[in-house]
Amino acid sequence: MKFRIEPFVWLAFSGGGVLAALFMPVLAFLFALAFPLGWIDPPSHDHLDAIVSNPLTFLVLFGLFVVMLVHAAHRFRYTLYDGLQIKHRVLVGTLCYGAVLVGAFACLQFLGGATQ
Amino acid sequence: MADEIRVEVARYRPDKDREPGWQEYDVPLRTDWTVLDALNHVKNEVDSTLAFRWSCRMGICGSCGMNVQGEPRLSCATFLTDYAPGPVRVEPLANFPVVRDLVVDIDDFLEKLPRVKPWIIRDEEKSVDDGEYLQSPEELEAYQQFSMCINCMLCYAACPVYGLDPDFVGPAAIALAERYDLDSRDQGARQRLDVLIEAEGVYGCTFVGECTRVCPKHVDPAGAIQRYKLKAAQESVKAFLLPRAFR
Amino acid sequence: MSRATGDDLSYRRPVPLWWWLHKRTYFVFVMRELSSIFIAWLVLYLLLFVRAVGRGEAAYQDFLDDAASPWLVTLNVIAFAFIVLHTITWFSLTPQAMVVRVRGHRVPGIAIIAGQYAALAAVTAFVAWLVLS
Ligand code: SF4
Ligand code: FES
Repeated sequence: MKFRIEPFVWLAFSGGGVLAALFMPVLAFLFALAFPLGWIDPPSHDHLDAIVSNPLTFLVLFGLFVVMLVHAAHRFRYTLYDGLQIKHRVLVGTLCYGAVLVGAFACLQFLGGATQ
Repeated sequence: MADEIRVEVARYRPDKDREPGWQEYDVPLRTDWTVLDALNHVKNEVDSTLAFRWSCRMGICGSCGMNVQGEPRLSCATFLTDYAPGPVRVEPLANFPVVRDLVVDIDDFLEKLPRVKPWIIRDEEKSVDDGEYLQSPEELEAYQQFSMCINCMLCYAACPVYGLDPDFVGPAAIALAERYDLDSRDQGARQRLDVLIEAEGVYGCTFVGECTRVCPKHVDPAGAIQRYKLKAAQESVKAFLLPRAFR
Repeated sequence: MSRATGDDLSYRRPVPLWWWLHKRTYFVFVMRELSSIFIAWLVLYLLLFVRAVGRGEAAYQDFLDDAASPWLVTLNVIAFAFIVLHTITWFSLTPQAMVVRVRGHRVPGIAIIAGQYAALAAVTAFVAWLVLS
């Protein structure tokens, strides 16, 4: 069988789509709206710190975030091709997936930093 | 109800016009008349130069596809009264080059169909003496939906990916590949996969879903394409992650 | 008709740049695809949130205060709306994209959709329990 990279990227895209659909609503609601706006009392710093310094949290969040970034980059790439009819396919692809690499590095830094 | 409806028809005469223009005709608004009846009325009574394709008048031959009010439709199955009081716009199928008036160039589609090898492929043909390939009702049901396609190309006219990238193999051809893959008599799935795994194959699709919405035969090409993506992905993972023995 | 002549004279209609503004279904499609930007943004936001938590009590409080600024709240409300759009469209398209069989019988689409919402409820409950308990 021929080797093509598309099927693998598509699997990551789909996996990221599923995870985003399942996890993002509650994460976005709690951390981006409910806590900052005081709809729900934000958890104490100690409690959150205990959660994010757990290595398991690091692993789960790292996996979750990176796959969701792949999902977003892959989808946005096609939006640029089709929605804006940008023809520079290689350039757009490089920028989008390159952004994922940068994002994955940031995940490592920020999540890792909070684990210590 | 008014007894007439205005039909705005896109006209393009390749020898005279540099680009398509509009011509208006008032035709009788009868409850049993379709857009195709209106065009035939124009052609017979008003303007015999109007060019369009049709044959069966009953949604079987797939030759009368047009964009009616911006939607790809079989003009023989689209009733004028649904657009009353009008006017109703009739254009050639979107995404295809216009040959003349409402006639489009379908060569590209005809070139793509055989690419997916839409016929039963056997590793080894049975001889006639061995008898026929039997199939149970369940096995028939597995692919029946995808065998209903009438090649009307409405799905291509609805697909923005095809409009923007004419290399894309497109909805009906992939649905047809799925039709043969799901056929219990067929053994050609691997060959079709090799065609469709390419960039202009299934992965060009962004699941807009318009093909399925406009399909007059409920073929669901969008579903076929997504399932093909999953199938191609599963096969790829198997082929490159598992040692040979486990495939 | 000779091929060359036919090719030369047939008219190719250009696709307008804003083709997706012309039809409602196309517009909804592009909005669905644009949810990707907001997913990426929320990942970044959550990363910054975690970083603030890791930097201690004061940084955490500062972050919460910053996140209550009108700009960020507006952005996050929009982002949340797009997430909801993503979740709804993703769930409703799944039955089309995959055939699930249980003991030889095809599971009806509505059951697949219901299953996904059940999973959403479970995940939501778990995360809420973890964070709020
Ligand atoms: S899949 Fe449907 S819309 Fe497309 S060509 Fe076949 S019958 Fe027509
Ligand atoms: S004329 Fe045959 S499908 Fe309309």
